[in-house]
Amino acid sequence: MPRRTLVTALCACTLAFALPAAAQTAKQSPAADPGAKWKAECSSCHIAYPPGYLPERSWRKLMTGLDKHFGENASLDDITARQITDYLVGNSAEKSGDRRASRFLGSLPAGATPLRITETPYFRRKHDAREISPEVWKRPKVGSPANCIACHVGAEKGDFSERNVKIPQ
Amino acid sequence: MSKTTVVLALMLTAAIVLAASPAEVLQTYTAQARKDNPSFKEFSAASGDKFYHAAVKHSSGKQVSCAACHTDNPRNAGKHDRTSKEILPLAPAANKDRFTDAAKVEKWFKRNCQDVLERECNAQEKGDFMTYMLSIK
Repeated sequence: MPRRTLVTALCACTLAFALPAAAQTAKQSPAADPGAKWKAECSSCHIAYPPGYLPERSWRKLMTGLDKHFGENASLDDITARQITDYLVGNSAEKSGDRRASRFLGSLPAGATPLRITETPYFRRKHDAREISPEVWKRPKVGSPANCIACHVGAEKGDFSERNVKIPQ
Repeated sequence: MSKTTVVLALMLTAAIVLAASPAEVLQTYTAQARKDNPSFKEFSAASGDKFYHAAVKHSSGKQVSCAACHTDNPRNAGKHDRTSKEILPLAPAANKDRFTDAAKVEKWFKRNCQDVLERECNAQEKGDFMTYMLSIK
């Protein structure tokens, strides 16, 4: 039955293609790595800011206004937006368990819903004029307090420790 | 023979879902442009070039254009206006991953057309834009 042989060979071939591809997809799917979508989408224009540095209420508000995201259109399809919201909420300041996250949360007045990490009292205290001269923010390699990675070289890995700060000249 | 055809069709579908070529992405815009305009003939790299470089006055008062962030030459890396984050080159000649994911292409047209033109782009504009990018060697 040469025809059957051909079909079997083709099936085997399809499986050989499909299985590694399926494994790869599974690795990247939100079920396997819940942070993959967050990382991919939120790091297109800036670093993916740590979910633990803002409370749940802030992330929920931010995620409902993506069409006007700090003056830009950052809209997502509904499914992706929901997956990312779930991830942000699940790792928000209330839930993260990270030492620094609890300091961000603790510094917030009740009812405050900041949309920028830089608006939180904890951030301001750690970056006040005695710590960081106002001139530093204007350096071309820094540009803005939102550009964490300019000085916090490990920012993309969530490392904001003081010993890993290198302020560009 | 039909079984073989089915298997072949499945393999082909899998290949398309995994990674599309820019030509395949462009085909969807061709189909849409024909639907929008029955006398549509083809996309134009020259129109795409003009569209890409055209400075528009935004309602915020700012002069904006595609080139403002993506640079005058789409082979170059650009820089995000607010965050200073690097934007990888748009031209596939310099960045082979561009225009290989239809959903991603649509996502960025939707966002950036709003950012620059404050409206959605039509299939003619998107197709001209892609044809210009693909014409860059």
